[in-house]
Amino acid sequence: MRDFSYFRATSAEDARQAALQASAVMLAGGTTLLDLAKCGVAEPEAVIDITHLSGLDGIAVNQEGAVIGTLAKMAAVADHPDIKAWFPAVSESLSLAASAQLRNMATIGGNLLQRTRCAYFRDPLTFPACNKRNPGSGCSALGGVIRNHAVLGVSEQCIASYPGDLAAALVALDAVVDLGQRQVPVDDFFLPYDHAPERETVLQPGEMILGISIPASVAARNSTYLKVRDRQSYEFAAASAAVGLELESDNRTIKDIRVALGGVASKPWRARAVEQALIGKALEEQTVARAARLAMDGAVSYGDNLYKIELAPRVITRAIMKVGGLA
Amino acid sequence: MTRTIQLTLDINGHSHELDVEPRVTLLDALREHLLLTGTKKGCDQGQCGACTCHVDGKRVLSCLTLAAQVEGRQITTIEGIAAENGDLHPVQAAFLEHDAFQCGYCTPGQIMSAVACIKEGHTGSDEEIREYMSGNLCRCGAYNSVVAAVREAAEAAR
Ligand SMILES: Cc1cc2nc3c(=O)[nH]c(=O)nc-3n(C[C@H](O)[C@H](O)[C@H](O)COP(=O)(O)OP(=O)(O)OC[C@H]3O[C@@H](n4cnc5c(N)ncnc54)[C@H](O)[C@@H]3O)c2cc1C
Ligand code: SF4
Ligand code: FES
Ligand code: FES
Repeated sequence: MRDFSYFRATSAEDARQAALQASAVMLAGGTTLLDLAKCGVAEPEAVIDITHLSGLDGIAVNQEGAVIGTLAKMAAVADHPDIKAWFPAVSESLSLAASAQLRNMATIGGNLLQRTRCAYFRDPLTFPACNKRNPGSGCSALGGVIRNHAVLGVSEQCIASYPGDLAAALVALDAVVDLGQRQVPVDDFFLPYDHAPERETVLQPGEMILGISIPASVAARNSTYLKVRDRQSYEFAAASAAVGLELESDNRTIKDIRVALGGVASKPWRARAVEQALIGKALEEQTVARAARLAMDGAVSYGDNLYKIELAPRVITRAIMKVGGLA
Repeated sequence: MTRTIQLTLDINGHSHELDVEPRVTLLDALREHLLLTGTKKGCDQGQCGACTCHVDGKRVLSCLTLAAQVEGRQITTIEGIAAENGDLHPVQAAFLEHDAFQCGYCTPGQIMSAVACIKEGHTGSDEEIREYMSGNLCRCGAYNSVVAAVREAAEAAR
Protein backbone atom coordinates (compact mmCIF):
# COMPACT_ATOMS: atom_id res chain seq x y z
CA MET A 1 0.00 0.00 0.00
CA ARG A 2 1.37 3.41 -0.97
CA ASP A 3 1.74 5.83 1.89
CA PHE A 4 -0.63 8.76 2.15
CA SER A 5 -1.32 11.68 4.40
CA TYR A 6 -4.14 11.41 6.94
CA PHE A 7 -6.60 14.14 7.77
CA ARG A 8 -9.43 13.77 10.28
CA ALA A 9 -12.33 15.93 9.13
CA THR A 10 -14.32 17.77 11.78
CA SER A 11 -17.21 18.92 9.58
CA ALA A 12 -18.76 17.85 6.29
CA GLU A 13 -17.62 21.14 4.75
CA ASP A 14 -14.10 20.47 5.96
CA ALA A 15 -14.20 17.02 4.35
CA ARG A 16 -15.51 18.36 1.03
CA GLN A 17 -12.81 21.04 0.90
CA ALA A 18 -10.06 18.54 1.68
CA ALA A 19 -11.43 16.11 -0.90
CA LEU A 20 -10.87 18.70 -3.63
CA GLN A 21 -7.09 18.14 -3.41
CA ALA A 22 -5.67 16.04 -6.19
CA SER A 23 -5.69 12.32 -5.34
CA ALA A 24 -7.65 12.78 -2.12
CA VAL A 25 -10.32 10.29 -1.05
CA MET A 26 -12.74 10.07 1.82
CA LEU A 27 -12.41 7.22 4.26
CA ALA A 28 -15.57 5.81 5.83
CA GLY A 29 -15.60 2.16 6.94
CA GLY A 30 -12.50 1.57 4.81
CA THR A 31 -13.62 -1.88 3.73
CA THR A 32 -13.49 -1.00 0.04
CA LEU A 33 -10.87 1.73 0.13
CA LEU A 34 -8.19 -0.02 2.21
CA ASP A 35 -8.80 -3.30 0.42
CA LEU A 36 -8.22 -1.63 -2.96
CA ALA A 37 -5.25 0.34 -1.63
CA LYS A 38 -3.66 -2.99 -0.66
CA CYS A 39 -4.37 -4.38 -4.14
CA GLY A 40 -2.69 -1.35 -5.69
CA VAL A 41 -5.93 -0.27 -7.37
CA ALA A 42 -6.49 2.78 -5.16
CA GLU A 43 -3.43 4.98 -4.75
CA PRO A 44 -4.61 7.99 -2.77
CA GLU A 45 -2.15 10.66 -1.68
CA ALA A 46 -4.48 12.02 0.95
CA VAL A 47 -7.03 10.16 3.02
CA ILE A 48 -9.79 12.18 4.63
CA ASP A 49 -11.28 10.36 7.57
CA ILE A 50 -14.98 11.19 7.83
CA THR A 51 -15.76 8.64 10.54
CA HIS A 52 -15.42 11.15 13.38
CA LEU A 53 -18.10 13.49 11.98
CA SER A 54 -21.15 13.66 14.18
CA GLY A 55 -24.79 13.75 13.18
CA LEU A 56 -24.37 11.75 9.98
CA ASP A 57 -25.28 8.30 11.28
CA GLY A 58 -28.98 8.83 12.01
CA ILE A 59 -31.75 6.44 10.99
CA ALA A 60 -35.19 8.06 11.08
CA VAL A 61 -38.40 6.47 9.87
CA ASN A 62 -41.83 8.13 9.70
CA GLN A 63 -44.96 7.98 7.48
CA GLU A 64 -43.12 9.69 4.62
CA GLY A 65 -40.29 7.22 4.57
CA ALA A 66 -36.78 6.65 5.89
CA VAL A 67 -33.87 9.04 6.09
CA ILE A 68 -30.51 7.40 6.71
CA GLY A 69 -27.25 9.25 7.29
CA THR A 70 -24.23 8.24 5.24
CA LEU A 71 -22.27 7.08 8.28
CA ALA A 72 -24.97 4.72 9.52
CA LYS A 73 -23.41 1.26 9.62
CA MET A 74 -24.80 -1.56 7.50
CA ALA A 75 -25.53 -3.55 10.69
CA ALA A 76 -27.38 -0.67 12.35
CA VAL A 77 -29.65 -0.21 9.33
CA ALA A 78 -30.19 -3.95 8.84
CA ASP A 79 -31.23 -4.43 12.48
CA HIS A 80 -33.30 -1.26 12.86
CA PRO A 81 -36.85 -2.35 13.80
CA ASP A 82 -38.58 0.29 11.63
CA ILE A 83 -36.41 -0.50 8.61
CA LYS A 84 -37.23 -4.18 9.08
CA ALA A 85 -40.94 -3.42 9.32
CA TRP A 86 -41.32 -0.81 6.57
CA PHE A 87 -38.47 -1.64 4.19
CA PRO A 88 -37.75 -5.36 4.57
CA ALA A 89 -35.89 -5.55 1.24
CA VAL A 90 -33.42 -2.95 2.53
CA SER A 91 -32.85 -4.76 5.81
CA GLU A 92 -32.49 -8.13 4.09
CA SER A 93 -30.13 -6.85 1.39
CA LEU A 94 -27.84 -5.64 4.16
CA SER A 95 -28.00 -8.62 6.48
CA LEU A 96 -27.30 -10.97 3.57
CA ALA A 97 -24.21 -8.96 2.60
CA ALA A 98 -20.59 -9.46 3.66
CA SER A 99 -20.04 -10.62 7.26
CA ALA A 100 -21.05 -9.42 10.73
CA GLN A 101 -17.66 -7.73 11.17
CA LEU A 102 -17.80 -5.94 7.81
CA ARG A 103 -21.37 -4.82 8.48
CA ASN A 104 -20.22 -3.22 11.74
CA MET A 105 -17.60 -1.22 9.84
CA ALA A 106 -19.12 -0.40 6.47
CA THR A 107 -21.29 2.67 6.01
CA ILE A 108 -24.29 3.28 3.76
CA GLY A 109 -22.53 5.88 1.59
CA GLY A 110 -19.40 3.75 1.26
CA ASN A 111 -21.55 0.74 0.46
CA LEU A 112 -23.07 2.44 -2.59
CA LEU A 113 -19.55 3.32 -3.77
CA GLN A 114 -18.08 -0.17 -3.48
CA ARG A 115 -16.23 -1.30 -6.60
CA THR A 116 -16.52 -4.38 -8.76
CA ARG A 117 -14.99 -7.68 -7.60
CA CYS A 118 -13.64 -8.41 -11.13
CA ALA A 119 -10.44 -10.34 -10.31
CA TYR A 120 -8.62 -8.67 -13.22
CA PHE A 121 -9.55 -5.22 -12.01
CA ARG A 122 -8.25 -6.13 -8.54
CA ASP A 123 -4.83 -7.28 -9.76
CA PRO A 124 -3.11 -4.47 -11.66
CA LEU A 125 0.37 -6.03 -11.50
CA THR A 126 -0.62 -9.23 -13.27
CA PHE A 127 -3.30 -7.70 -15.51
CA PRO A 128 -2.35 -4.21 -16.65
CA ALA A 129 -5.16 -4.12 -19.21
CA CYS A 130 -8.40 -2.91 -17.64
CA ASN A 131 -10.54 -0.16 -19.12
CA LYS A 132 -12.06 0.61 -15.77
CA ARG A 133 -8.69 1.29 -14.11
CA ASN A 134 -6.96 2.62 -17.16
CA PRO A 135 -9.29 3.75 -19.95
CA GLY A 136 -8.26 2.47 -23.38
CA SER A 137 -5.98 -0.29 -22.05
CA GLY A 138 -8.38 -3.11 -22.94
CA CYS A 139 -10.23 -5.68 -20.86
CA SER A 140 -8.35 -8.64 -19.39
CA ALA A 141 -11.57 -10.38 -18.40
CA LEU A 142 -12.68 -11.09 -21.96
CA GLY A 143 -11.69 -14.68 -22.62
CA GLY A 144 -10.84 -15.15 -18.95
CA VAL A 145 -12.70 -16.55 -15.95
CA ILE A 146 -15.93 -14.59 -15.90
CA ARG A 147 -18.39 -16.69 -13.93
CA ASN A 148 -19.31 -13.69 -11.81
CA HIS A 149 -19.28 -11.02 -14.47
CA ALA A 150 -22.29 -9.12 -15.72
CA VAL A 151 -24.65 -9.85 -18.59
CA LEU A 152 -26.63 -6.59 -18.63
CA GLY A 153 -25.33 -3.11 -19.41
CA VAL A 154 -22.01 -4.45 -20.61
CA SER A 155 -19.94 -4.14 -23.76
CA GLU A 156 -16.54 -5.32 -24.90
CA GLN A 157 -15.19 -2.29 -23.05
CA CYS A 158 -16.02 -3.87 -19.70
CA ILE A 159 -18.15 -6.74 -18.44
CA ALA A 160 -17.66 -6.21 -14.71
CA SER A 161 -20.67 -6.50 -12.48
CA TYR A 162 -21.66 -4.05 -9.76
CA PRO A 163 -21.52 -6.30 -6.70
CA GLY A 164 -23.56 -4.41 -4.09
CA ASP A 165 -26.77 -5.74 -2.61
CA LEU A 166 -28.19 -2.65 -0.91
CA ALA A 167 -28.23 -0.56 -4.09
CA ALA A 168 -30.54 -3.04 -5.83
CA ALA A 169 -33.06 -2.69 -2.99
CA LEU A 170 -32.75 1.10 -3.07
CA VAL A 171 -33.24 1.29 -6.83
CA ALA A 172 -36.37 -0.87 -6.58
CA LEU A 173 -37.83 1.38 -3.88
CA ASP A 174 -37.09 4.72 -5.63
CA ALA A 175 -34.57 5.86 -3.01
CA VAL A 176 -32.70 9.13 -3.43
CA VAL A 177 -29.07 10.01 -2.65
CA ASP A 178 -28.58 13.25 -0.71
CA LEU A 179 -25.50 15.09 -1.98
CA GLY A 180 -26.28 18.30 -0.09
CA GLN A 181 -26.44 20.58 -3.16
CA ARG A 182 -28.55 18.10 -5.10
CA GLN A 183 -30.75 15.07 -4.61
CA VAL A 184 -30.24 12.26 -7.12
CA PRO A 185 -32.41 9.14 -7.50
CA VAL A 186 -30.19 6.11 -6.80
CA ASP A 187 -31.06 4.78 -10.24
CA ASP A 188 -29.54 7.90 -11.87
CA PHE A 189 -26.66 8.09 -9.38
CA PHE A 190 -25.14 5.03 -11.07
CA LEU A 191 -24.07 5.37 -14.69
CA PRO A 192 -24.38 2.45 -17.06
CA TYR A 193 -20.75 1.91 -17.97
CA ASP A 194 -20.98 0.27 -21.32
CA HIS A 195 -19.02 3.07 -22.97
CA ALA A 196 -17.01 4.68 -20.18
CA PRO A 197 -16.46 1.97 -17.58
CA GLU A 198 -14.19 4.24 -15.55
CA ARG A 199 -17.16 6.50 -14.75
CA GLU A 200 -19.46 4.67 -12.35
CA THR A 201 -21.47 7.38 -10.63
CA VAL A 202 -22.43 11.03 -11.08
CA LEU A 203 -20.43 12.01 -7.99
CA GLN A 204 -18.15 14.97 -8.74
CA PRO A 205 -14.81 15.74 -7.06
CA GLY A 206 -15.44 17.39 -3.70
CA GLU A 207 -18.99 16.05 -3.52
CA MET A 208 -19.99 14.03 -0.51
CA ILE A 209 -22.86 11.67 0.10
CA LEU A 210 -24.73 12.91 3.16
CA GLY A 211 -27.32 10.17 3.24
CA ILE A 212 -30.19 8.50 1.46
CA SER A 213 -33.94 8.73 1.72
CA ILE A 214 -36.45 6.05 0.83
CA PRO A 215 -40.10 6.96 0.25
CA ALA A 216 -42.65 4.84 2.09
CA SER A 217 -45.03 2.78 -0.08
CA VAL A 218 -47.12 -0.34 0.17
CA ALA A 219 -44.69 -2.05 -2.19
CA ALA A 220 -41.78 -1.06 0.08
CA ARG A 221 -43.55 -2.51 3.10
CA ASN A 222 -44.26 -5.72 1.22
CA SER A 223 -40.79 -6.23 -0.20
CA THR A 224 -38.03 -8.78 -0.09
CA TYR A 225 -34.46 -9.36 -1.23
CA LEU A 226 -33.59 -12.77 -2.60
CA LYS A 227 -29.90 -13.51 -3.04
CA VAL A 228 -28.59 -16.61 -4.78
CA ARG A 229 -24.87 -17.33 -4.51
CA ASP A 230 -22.17 -19.96 -4.72
CA ARG A 231 -22.00 -20.46 -0.97
CA GLN A 232 -24.67 -19.98 1.62
CA SER A 233 -23.18 -17.00 3.38
CA TYR A 234 -20.41 -14.38 3.11
CA GLU A 235 -20.51 -14.33 -0.67
CA PHE A 236 -21.53 -11.90 -3.38
CA ALA A 237 -24.68 -12.54 -5.39
CA ALA A 238 -24.57 -14.71 -8.49
CA ALA A 239 -27.98 -13.16 -9.07
CA SER A 240 -30.30 -11.35 -6.71
CA ALA A 241 -33.66 -9.65 -6.90
CA ALA A 242 -35.20 -6.88 -4.83
CA VAL A 243 -38.94 -6.86 -5.32
CA GLY A 244 -41.88 -4.99 -3.82
CA LEU A 245 -45.53 -5.76 -4.47
CA GLU A 246 -48.92 -4.13 -3.93
CA LEU A 247 -52.08 -6.01 -4.86
CA GLU A 248 -55.51 -4.55 -5.63
CA SER A 249 -58.25 -5.08 -3.05
CA ASP A 250 -59.18 -8.35 -4.80
CA ASN A 251 -55.86 -9.57 -3.36
CA ARG A 252 -54.93 -10.98 -6.76
CA THR A 253 -54.43 -8.26 -9.32
CA ILE A 254 -51.06 -6.54 -9.33
CA LYS A 255 -51.37 -2.82 -8.62
CA ASP A 256 -47.75 -1.82 -8.10
CA ILE A 257 -44.63 -3.87 -8.51
CA ARG A 258 -40.91 -3.09 -8.24
CA VAL A 259 -38.14 -5.28 -9.53
CA ALA A 260 -34.40 -4.64 -9.44
CA LEU A 261 -31.50 -7.01 -9.97
CA GLY A 262 -28.11 -7.36 -8.35
CA GLY A 263 -25.03 -9.33 -9.38
CA VAL A 264 -25.89 -9.49 -13.07
CA ALA A 265 -25.42 -5.97 -14.39
CA SER A 266 -22.95 -3.12 -14.66
CA LYS A 267 -25.06 -1.14 -12.20
CA PRO A 268 -27.96 -1.90 -9.84
CA TRP A 269 -30.54 -2.77 -12.47
CA ARG A 270 -34.18 -1.77 -12.37
CA ALA A 271 -36.22 -4.16 -14.51
CA ARG A 272 -38.99 -1.82 -15.63
CA ALA A 273 -40.08 -4.03 -18.53
CA VAL A 274 -40.96 -6.77 -16.03
CA GLU A 275 -42.92 -4.31 -13.89
CA GLN A 276 -44.88 -2.92 -16.86
CA ALA A 277 -45.74 -6.40 -18.11
CA LEU A 278 -47.19 -7.33 -14.72
CA ILE A 279 -49.22 -4.31 -13.68
CA GLY A 280 -52.92 -5.16 -13.96
CA LYS A 281 -52.21 -8.88 -14.31
CA ALA A 282 -53.21 -11.60 -11.88
CA LEU A 283 -50.45 -12.81 -9.58
CA GLU A 284 -49.91 -16.25 -10.99
CA GLU A 285 -46.64 -18.14 -11.39
CA GLN A 286 -46.67 -18.67 -15.16
CA THR A 287 -47.52 -15.04 -15.85
CA VAL A 288 -44.79 -13.89 -13.51
CA ALA A 289 -42.21 -16.28 -14.97
CA ARG A 290 -43.00 -15.12 -18.51
CA ALA A 291 -42.71 -11.46 -17.51
CA ALA A 292 -39.48 -12.11 -15.60
CA ARG A 293 -37.76 -13.19 -18.81
CA LEU A 294 -38.15 -9.65 -20.12
CA ALA A 295 -35.49 -8.58 -17.62
CA MET A 296 -32.93 -10.33 -19.80
CA ASP A 297 -33.73 -8.43 -23.01
CA GLY A 298 -30.39 -7.29 -24.36
CA ALA A 299 -28.40 -9.57 -22.04
CA VAL A 300 -25.03 -10.72 -23.42
CA SER A 301 -22.70 -13.39 -22.14
CA TYR A 302 -19.07 -13.54 -23.19
CA GLY A 303 -18.51 -16.97 -21.65
CA ASP A 304 -19.14 -18.90 -18.48
CA ASN A 305 -21.57 -16.40 -16.97
CA LEU A 306 -24.22 -17.57 -19.46
CA TYR A 307 -26.05 -19.30 -16.60
CA LYS A 308 -27.02 -15.91 -15.19
CA ILE A 309 -29.38 -15.29 -18.11
CA GLU A 310 -31.30 -18.39 -17.05
CA LEU A 311 -30.89 -17.85 -13.31
CA ALA A 312 -31.90 -14.20 -12.92
CA PRO A 313 -35.51 -14.57 -14.19
CA ARG A 314 -35.98 -17.53 -11.85
CA VAL A 315 -34.75 -15.47 -8.93
CA ILE A 316 -37.17 -12.68 -9.88
CA THR A 317 -40.06 -15.14 -10.14
CA ARG A 318 -39.33 -16.77 -6.80
CA ALA A 319 -38.99 -13.39 -5.08
CA ILE A 320 -42.29 -12.12 -6.49
CA MET A 321 -44.14 -15.30 -5.54
CA LYS A 322 -42.63 -15.01 -2.06
CA VAL A 323 -43.85 -11.44 -1.43
CA GLY A 324 -47.17 -12.46 -2.97
CA GLY A 325 -47.43 -15.08 -0.23
CA LEU A 326 -47.43 -17.90 -2.79
CA ALA A 327 -43.95 -19.36 -2.37
CA MET B 1 9.33 9.69 2.54
CA THR B 2 7.89 8.71 5.87
CA ARG B 3 5.49 11.08 7.51
CA THR B 4 4.63 9.51 10.80
CA ILE B 5 1.79 10.59 13.00
CA GLN B 6 1.47 10.34 16.76
CA LEU B 7 -1.44 8.36 18.04
CA THR B 8 -2.79 7.39 21.42
CA LEU B 9 -4.71 4.15 21.28
CA ASP B 10 -6.86 2.76 24.08
CA ILE B 11 -6.26 -0.99 23.99
CA ASN B 12 -7.65 -3.38 26.57
CA GLY B 13 -8.12 -0.48 28.96
CA HIS B 14 -4.56 0.80 28.67
CA SER B 15 -3.43 3.83 26.79
CA HIS B 16 -0.60 3.32 24.27
CA GLU B 17 1.38 6.01 22.47
CA LEU B 18 2.73 5.21 19.06
CA ASP B 19 4.34 6.86 16.08
CA VAL B 20 3.19 5.30 12.83
CA GLU B 21 2.80 6.04 9.15
CA PRO B 22 -0.81 6.97 8.38
CA ARG B 23 -1.25 3.86 6.25
CA VAL B 24 -0.59 1.48 9.17
CA THR B 25 -3.61 -0.66 9.91
CA LEU B 26 -4.84 -1.42 13.39
CA LEU B 27 -3.73 -5.02 12.81
CA ASP B 28 -0.14 -4.02 12.01
CA ALA B 29 -0.10 -1.48 14.85
CA LEU B 30 -1.10 -4.23 17.29
CA ARG B 31 1.26 -6.86 15.98
CA GLU B 32 4.31 -4.94 14.78
CA HIS B 33 4.29 -1.85 16.97
CA LEU B 34 2.73 -3.00 20.24
CA LEU B 35 3.74 -6.67 20.02
CA LEU B 36 0.20 -7.79 20.77
CA THR B 37 0.46 -10.77 18.46
CA GLY B 38 -2.68 -12.58 19.61
CA THR B 39 -4.60 -10.94 16.79
CA LYS B 40 -3.74 -12.87 13.62
CA LYS B 41 -3.17 -11.86 10.02
CA GLY B 42 -4.72 -14.29 7.57
CA CYS B 43 -5.73 -12.70 4.29
CA ASP B 44 -5.07 -9.04 5.19
CA GLN B 45 -8.01 -8.21 2.89
CA GLY B 46 -11.18 -8.56 4.91
CA GLN B 47 -11.96 -12.08 3.79
CA CYS B 48 -11.09 -14.42 6.67
CA GLY B 49 -11.85 -12.87 10.07
CA ALA B 50 -8.55 -13.91 11.72
CA CYS B 51 -7.88 -10.28 12.65
CA THR B 52 -11.23 -9.70 14.43
CA CYS B 53 -11.07 -7.23 17.36
CA HIS B 54 -13.67 -5.13 19.10
CA VAL B 55 -13.92 -1.37 18.65
CA ASP B 56 -16.32 0.29 21.08
CA GLY B 57 -17.67 -3.19 21.83
CA LYS B 58 -18.41 -4.11 18.20
CA ARG B 59 -16.54 -6.78 16.27
CA VAL B 60 -14.56 -5.40 13.34
CA LEU B 61 -11.69 -6.45 11.08
CA SER B 62 -8.45 -4.81 12.16
CA CYS B 63 -6.82 -5.44 8.75
CA LEU B 64 -9.21 -3.01 7.06
CA THR B 65 -9.12 -0.42 9.85
CA LEU B 66 -6.48 2.31 9.98
CA ALA B 67 -4.85 2.72 13.39
CA ALA B 68 -5.36 6.47 12.99
CA GLN B 69 -9.08 5.98 12.51
CA VAL B 70 -9.64 4.41 15.92
CA GLU B 71 -7.89 6.98 18.08
CA GLY B 72 -10.33 7.80 20.87
CA ARG B 73 -12.18 4.48 20.53
CA GLN B 74 -12.01 1.55 22.93
CA ILE B 75 -10.16 -1.34 21.36
CA THR B 76 -10.33 -4.86 22.78
CA THR B 77 -8.13 -7.68 21.54
CA ILE B 78 -7.95 -11.35 22.44
CA GLU B 79 -5.35 -10.43 25.09
CA GLY B 80 -7.98 -8.33 26.85
CA ILE B 81 -10.91 -10.67 27.42
CA ALA B 82 -9.74 -12.97 30.25
CA ALA B 83 -10.37 -11.83 33.81
CA GLU B 84 -7.69 -9.85 35.67
CA ASN B 85 -6.87 -12.94 37.76
CA GLY B 86 -6.20 -14.95 34.62
CA ASP B 87 -9.49 -16.87 34.58
CA LEU B 88 -10.44 -17.56 30.98
CA HIS B 89 -13.39 -15.80 29.42
CA PRO B 90 -16.32 -18.27 29.25
CA VAL B 91 -16.04 -18.34 25.45
CA GLN B 92 -12.34 -19.21 25.67
CA ALA B 93 -13.20 -21.98 28.11
CA ALA B 94 -15.94 -23.31 25.82
CA PHE B 95 -13.52 -23.40 22.86
CA LEU B 96 -11.09 -25.47 24.95
CA GLU B 97 -13.78 -27.80 26.18
CA HIS B 98 -15.17 -28.42 22.70
CA ASP B 99 -11.79 -28.64 20.99
CA ALA B 100 -12.99 -25.91 18.67
CA PHE B 101 -9.72 -25.63 16.79
CA GLN B 102 -6.96 -27.64 15.26
CA CYS B 103 -3.97 -25.48 14.28
CA GLY B 104 -5.41 -22.57 16.26
CA TYR B 105 -4.59 -19.83 13.77
CA CYS B 106 -8.17 -18.70 13.28
CA THR B 107 -9.03 -19.14 16.96
CA PRO B 108 -8.41 -15.65 18.40
CA GLY B 109 -10.59 -14.22 15.63
CA GLN B 110 -13.24 -16.90 16.15
CA ILE B 111 -13.33 -16.17 19.89
CA MET B 112 -13.55 -12.40 19.46
CA SER B 113 -16.29 -12.90 16.91
CA ALA B 114 -18.12 -15.39 19.14
CA VAL B 115 -18.04 -13.07 22.17
CA ALA B 116 -19.70 -10.38 20.03
CA CYS B 117 -22.10 -12.81 18.39
CA ILE B 118 -23.38 -13.87 21.80
CA LYS B 119 -23.68 -10.26 22.96
CA GLU B 120 -25.62 -9.38 19.79
CA GLY B 121 -28.02 -12.21 20.53
CA HIS B 122 -27.45 -14.01 17.23
CA THR B 123 -27.31 -17.46 18.77
CA GLY B 124 -30.95 -18.54 18.58
CA SER B 125 -30.19 -21.71 16.64
CA ASP B 126 -27.20 -23.51 15.16
CA GLU B 127 -28.24 -22.11 11.79
CA GLU B 128 -28.18 -18.56 13.15
CA ILE B 129 -24.80 -19.17 14.79
CA ARG B 130 -23.41 -20.44 11.49
CA GLU B 131 -24.76 -17.42 9.62
CA TYR B 132 -23.44 -14.88 12.12
CA MET B 133 -20.06 -16.63 12.45
CA SER B 134 -19.64 -16.93 8.67
CA GLY B 135 -17.11 -14.09 8.62
CA ASN B 136 -14.58 -16.35 10.35
CA LEU B 137 -13.04 -18.94 8.08
CA CYS B 138 -11.23 -22.00 9.44
CA ARG B 139 -8.88 -23.81 7.09
CA CYS B 140 -8.83 -26.79 9.47
CA GLY B 141 -12.59 -27.07 9.24
CA ALA B 142 -13.30 -26.98 12.97
CA TYR B 143 -16.69 -25.44 12.26
CA ASN B 144 -18.88 -28.01 14.00
CA SER B 145 -16.97 -27.66 17.25
CA VAL B 146 -16.96 -23.88 16.93
CA VAL B 147 -20.75 -23.93 16.66
CA ALA B 148 -20.97 -26.25 19.69
CA ALA B 149 -18.70 -23.97 21.72
CA VAL B 150 -20.64 -20.84 20.80
CA ARG B 151 -23.95 -22.56 21.54
CA GLU B 152 -22.78 -23.67 24.97
CA ALA B 153 -21.25 -20.33 25.89
CA ALA B 154 -24.44 -18.58 24.77
CA GLU B 155 -26.60 -20.89 26.88
CA ALA B 156 -24.37 -20.34 29.90
CA ALA B 157 -24.65 -16.57 29.40
CA ARG B 158 -28.48 -16.65 29.42
C1 LIG C 1 -14.75 -9.82 2.02
C2 LIG C 1 -15.82 -8.86 1.63
C3 LIG C 1 -17.09 -9.33 1.33
C4 LIG C 1 -18.09 -8.45 0.96
N1 LIG C 1 -19.33 -8.94 0.65
C5 LIG C 1 -20.30 -8.08 0.25
C6 LIG C 1 -21.59 -8.56 -0.11
O1 LIG C 1 -21.87 -9.77 -0.06
N2 LIG C 1 -22.51 -7.65 -0.51
C7 LIG C 1 -22.25 -6.30 -0.56
O2 LIG C 1 -23.14 -5.52 -0.92
N3 LIG C 1 -21.04 -5.83 -0.22
C8 LIG C 1 -20.07 -6.69 0.17
N4 LIG C 1 -18.84 -6.20 0.48
C9 LIG C 1 -18.54 -4.79 0.21
C10 LIG C 1 -18.83 -3.90 1.41
O3 LIG C 1 -20.21 -3.86 1.62
C11 LIG C 1 -18.27 -2.52 1.08
O4 LIG C 1 -16.87 -2.61 1.09
C12 LIG C 1 -18.69 -1.47 2.09
O5 LIG C 1 -20.08 -1.33 2.13
C13 LIG C 1 -18.05 -0.14 1.78
O6 LIG C 1 -18.39 0.77 2.79
P1 LIG C 1 -17.25 1.53 3.62
O7 LIG C 1 -17.93 2.48 4.55
O8 LIG C 1 -16.32 0.56 4.23
O9 LIG C 1 -16.56 2.32 2.44
P2 LIG C 1 -15.08 2.89 2.27
O10 LIG C 1 -14.15 1.82 1.89
O11 LIG C 1 -14.70 3.75 3.42
O12 LIG C 1 -15.35 3.84 1.02
C14 LIG C 1 -15.64 3.32 -0.26
C15 LIG C 1 -15.55 4.46 -1.27
O13 LIG C 1 -16.56 5.42 -1.05
C16 LIG C 1 -16.02 6.70 -0.81
N5 LIG C 1 -16.90 7.29 0.21
C17 LIG C 1 -17.27 6.73 1.39
N6 LIG C 1 -18.17 7.50 2.02
C18 LIG C 1 -18.38 8.57 1.22
C19 LIG C 1 -19.22 9.73 1.32
N7 LIG C 1 -20.02 9.93 2.36
N8 LIG C 1 -19.19 10.63 0.30
C20 LIG C 1 -18.39 10.42 -0.77
N9 LIG C 1 -17.57 9.36 -0.92
C21 LIG C 1 -17.57 8.45 0.07
C22 LIG C 1 -14.60 6.47 -0.37
O14 LIG C 1 -13.77 7.55 -0.72
C23 LIG C 1 -14.24 5.22 -1.17
O15 LIG C 1 -13.86 5.58 -2.46
C24 LIG C 1 -17.82 -7.06 0.90
C25 LIG C 1 -16.55 -6.57 1.23
C26 LIG C 1 -15.56 -7.44 1.59
C27 LIG C 1 -14.20 -6.90 1.94
S1 SF4 D 1 -14.32 -6.51 -16.89
FE1 SF4 D 1 -14.05 -4.30 -16.58
S2 SF4 D 1 -13.08 -4.22 -14.57
FE2 SF4 D 1 -12.77 -6.33 -15.31
S3 SF4 D 1 -10.81 -6.30 -16.47
FE3 SF4 D 1 -12.43 -5.88 -17.96
S4 SF4 D 1 -12.45 -3.62 -18.01
FE4 SF4 D 1 -11.43 -4.17 -16.12
S1 FES E 1 -6.70 -10.79 8.10
FE1 FES E 1 -8.37 -9.44 8.36
S2 FES E 1 -10.00 -10.57 7.51
FE2 FES E 1 -8.30 -11.81 7.00
S1 FES F 1 -8.10 -24.17 13.62
FE1 FES F 1 -6.75 -24.09 11.92
S2 FES F 1 -7.64 -22.50 10.75
FE2 FES F 1 -9.13 -22.82 12.26
